[in-house]
Amino acid sequence: MQFDTPATTNPIDRMKVVGKPIHRIDGQSKTTGRAKYAYEWHDADIAYAYGYPVGSAIAKGRITSMDTSAAKAAPGVLAVVTTLDVGDLKKGQFNTASLFGGSQIQHYHQAIAVVVAETFEQARSAASLIKVDYAEEQGVFDLEVAAEKAVKPDESQQPDSAAGDFDAAFRAAPVTLDARYATPDQSHAMMEPHASIAAWNGDEVTLWTSSQMIDWWRGDFAQTLGIDKEKVHLMSPFIGGGFGGKLFLRVDAVLAAFGAKACGCPVKVALPRPFIANNTTHRPATLQRIRIGAERDGKITAIGHESWSGNLPDGSLETAVMQTRLLYAGENRMTAMRLAALDLPEGNAMRAPGEAPGLMALEIAIDEMAEKLGIDPIEFRIINDTQVDPENPERPFSHRDLIGCLKLGAERFGWDARKAPAARREGNWMIGVGVAAAFRNNLVLPSGARVRLGSDGIVTVETDMTDIGTGSYTIIAQTAAEMMGVNIDKVAVQLGDSRFPVSAGSGGQFGANSSTSGVYAACIKLREAVARKLGFNSADVVFEDGNVRSGNRTVPLAEAAGADGLVGEDTMTWGDLTETHQQSTFGGHFVEVGVDVATGETRIRRMLAVCAAGRILNPITARSQMIGAMTMGAGGALSEELAVDTRRGFFVNHDLAGYEIAVHADIPHQEVIFMDETDPYSSPMKAKGVGELGLCGVAAAIANAIYNATGVRVRDYPITLDKLIGGLPDVA
Amino acid sequence: MKAFTYERASTAEAAAQAAAKNPGAKFIAGGTNLLDLMKLEIETPQHLIDVNGTGLDKIEAIPEGGLRIGAMVRNTDLAANETVRRDYGLLSRALVAGASGQLRNKATTAGNLLQRTRCPYFYDPNQPCNKRQAGSGCSAIGGVTRQLGVIGTSEACIATHPSDMAVAMRALDAEVETVKSDGSTRSIPMADFHRLPGDTPHIETVLEDGEFITAVVLPKPVGGKQIYRKVRDRASYAFALVSVAAVIQPDGRGRVAVGGVAPKPWRMEAAEAELAKGARATSGILLEGARPTDDNRFKIDLVERTLGAVIAEARG
Ligand SMILES: Cc1cc2nc3c(=O)[nH]c(=O)nc-3n(C[C@H](O)[C@H](O)[C@H](O)COP(=O)(O)OP(=O)(O)OC[C@H]3O[C@@H](n4cnc5c(N)ncnc54)[C@H](O)[C@@H]3O)c2cc1C
Ligand code: SF4
Repeated sequence: MQFDTPATTNPIDRMKVVGKPIHRIDGQSKTTGRAKYAYEWHDADIAYAYGYPVGSAIAKGRITSMDTSAAKAAPGVLAVVTTLDVGDLKKGQFNTASLFGGSQIQHYHQAIAVVVAETFEQARSAASLIKVDYAEEQGVFDLEVAAEKAVKPDESQQPDSAAGDFDAAFRAAPVTLDARYATPDQSHAMMEPHASIAAWNGDEVTLWTSSQMIDWWRGDFAQTLGIDKEKVHLMSPFIGGGFGGKLFLRVDAVLAAFGAKACGCPVKVALPRPFIANNTTHRPATLQRIRIGAERDGKITAIGHESWSGNLPDGSLETAVMQTRLLYAGENRMTAMRLAALDLPEGNAMRAPGEAPGLMALEIAIDEMAEKLGIDPIEFRIINDTQVDPENPERPFSHRDLIGCLKLGAERFGWDARKAPAARREGNWMIGVGVAAAFRNNLVLPSGARVRLGSDGIVTVETDMTDIGTGSYTIIAQTAAEMMGVNIDKVAVQLGDSRFPVSAGSGGQFGANSSTSGVYAACIKLREAVARKLGFNSADVVFEDGNVRSGNRTVPLAEAAGADGLVGEDTMTWGDLTETHQQSTFGGHFVEVGVDVATGETRIRRMLAVCAAGRILNPITARSQMIGAMTMGAGGALSEELAVDTRRGFFVNHDLAGYEIAVHADIPHQEVIFMDETDPYSSPMKAKGVGELGLCGVAAAIANAIYNATGVRVRDYPITLDKLIGGLPDVA
Repeated sequence: MKAFTYERASTAEAAAQAAAKNPGAKFIAGGTNLLDLMKLEIETPQHLIDVNGTGLDKIEAIPEGGLRIGAMVRNTDLAANETVRRDYGLLSRALVAGASGQLRNKATTAGNLLQRTRCPYFYDPNQPCNKRQAGSGCSAIGGVTRQLGVIGTSEACIATHPSDMAVAMRALDAEVETVKSDGSTRSIPMADFHRLPGDTPHIETVLEDGEFITAVVLPKPVGGKQIYRKVRDRASYAFALVSVAAVIQPDGRGRVAVGGVAPKPWRMEAAEAELAKGARATSGILLEGARPTDDNRFKIDLVERTLGAVIAEARG
């Protein structure tokens, strides 16, 4: 089914199951340990072996020799496979850094060997016995230095945009801001590390892994191993978090496959925690410059946003200026992104790539500009709202209610009570509030599903969609239940198996809307099959209460299925509505912080997000996405930073003690309000993504609240106390 | 982790003797630090002596005043002990500021004193580190040093001792009781227990090989307002950037020990004489001769500010 005209009334609009606050249907299996994560697959009849990876000790250069004799002789060791043994491998289509194979070292902790043994402990112990000689080369690890030689990447990355005459308008503007911001490298730091089990059967391989994108992984896994994609069966039904870190094939899968081949038995490989920072991908740091010019009445006349980020050769940009092309009005505009060559590990997508760091800067700049103009920052955003794409004014937004979010948020939060900077004190706490806009595009990808109706009346959905903790199982079940007119307990959902139709997968907040649309399309096919079977005219058939009805004939679905059952399968594809109409999601973040007047420690006291993101398919799972993202934003604002050793070229704080994500004690009461809206341009579900929206802007709202509390403006994340205490009142 | 042999000791003496018989053996208490280090092969004992069954898990009043805390008393139990909370509030507060509930349930009094640094380079076996491998060099100096020490450090090592509990113990003038492998016992003042790195940063305490801690003794209660203020980037589950343990008497005199700045709990009796003059004067002497890096220079200011807040709080 192609979605190419705005949705009209359809069975989803009944909202009997969709839109209801239904608890996760997979929740019980998770809380009782029956949901098997990749590393946990265990068949009692099979002797699994355990692989432990070895990472490069240098950041750049070449391996000149490896001595594996001691490792091979260690107790329990079944096989050792080195990067030299396998030679150069073809890189996956979606990988920037080579995962394994050959002598070249591109980054620290690049995988250079796997040791396979009878037990995990034996493998780990033997791994440290491998001796490696390197020819080390000096790399470039400092973004500030590398940025001076940054280049404009190819047009496919859309590095530049412009409209009107930015320079002239900025010069002429009576009120201007020209400020620089910095965001650090960040780690996905998901709970479940990357983990795989590979088992060969002749020339076919089964891979149990932790993947957000089954089909991308399957293709790149096959390409890296040099085998046919059809020979790969990939399973990833449960995933303990990904945040973009599991979008692309990772080396645990490759090492498990080589290890399994070498020892002739299934092999399990999990990446040790330190590998997650330096072996996998991360969100690249950015340096940003924002210039805004406005009339005294607050109307923006010029807005410019530039960003520099680094990556390995062939790597992509951190697209930090993208939201600035769309978020605020202004006739004269420019954006530009430049790419610096760095020898750090691969930078790639992390939750809300582009918008997350981009809004960390832009939404401080807007706050600063509002202050210069003497206008309330909410009012300033309202003045500069736009209902069209400001670079292409003939392109309207499909639906945009940023103003509604900000106004409702202001009312609920008590924004009126905001005071001047550094004017509110409670004991040792300096108190402040901040606001920021949230913005993230609504992306869609083709998504397929198969829906079976059994003779028992059970509707079973099969799609290779993944549930990375987001609630895919539940919203897919709700969609199928709504479409087929059954209770949700009559729906079974099977995900994450490459034998199922290829779905959108999970990422870019496209998963929920795309995958439920795919299920919608497959259900339409199944409804047609049911109608055909019963000789009904499919136009006037109603699926309701477990029955199918046409005119005055009503047949239970189970009976309609017949002994053999019925199947519907389809893939939702997308017309040009995303081109003719800008589709985005919006929100307002409101935060209150306290800053300790002596120590400069910031503690968040309240958070509120108001979101406009189309139809909310399930308010429970959507809220979870929002509060999880707001929590991530709190870490991003206050403590998360992969600390780069610019001499040795690696992220130094590569464990969960050193890389400080927010902990429970950091998170106060969080409130989320969803605007009651639908967007018929987005899909037949009239929904949009929410998985990333919650992260977009939240760090800036915290930064703005810190400014309001202290009068100290920090433009360099994370906002740690050392950046504040110099500007705080004397206490000694 | 290297393979190791394992035994359980049921008395302190047996533990010390077992250590004498197995050079290079390690005692294992809660294991919350040692096991992590063994997994990374930073510690590679060939033999482990499990001392959890030594019965040293009691907190007893000493007849002439004071408290004897068995080496195996868990951090959770010590923090919750009624006498400790009443008479040594500083210690209780320092303990609950450390680690997490789960870790404190396992962590022991002796193990906490002997936990090793959190310098990130120490934890990465690919990087040179004089503390991990004597003479290999210090990769932290010139690198990422925001968490590391500003005073008492050396050219060979700028790491800090990460314990919260030890800072309170130092302020309270605790003594560490031990038994050596020959059966002899001694009592070591906290002031002397941890060593400064000099050019041997791998030697962190004055304990001899195989010397076993049996207890930590707190002298008679000193009264006063007892405040432990730990400053960190997130609200829990983080080591101190700076911590201040203070006992302030009604007349303004008192004691101050500082954590997060040095290879041992940092206390200077001379600085305490300045307490009545305020935080600036006190921390000026306390941190005299500090050699911070660009990354951690803020700690100097932070000690002064935190101490200022603590003094203000004590004055009520
Ligand atoms: C994630 C994390 C966060 C933490 N955060 C903090 C924090 O914020 N503040 C803080 O203070 N601590 C913190 N800790 C450290 C924690 O307090 C220590 O790991 C714990 O106190 C060690 O005690 P243990 O009994 O587990 O020692 P073990 O790990 O068993 O032993 C540690 C050392 O002591 C030796 N040892 C043990 N008992 C004896 C004995 N009786 N005689 C001689 N030697 C002995 C062992 O041989 C070993 O060398 C944290 C730890 C972790 C893992
Ligand atoms: S500071 Fe000390 S612990 Fe850290 S790398 Fe240097 S020698 Fe090792």
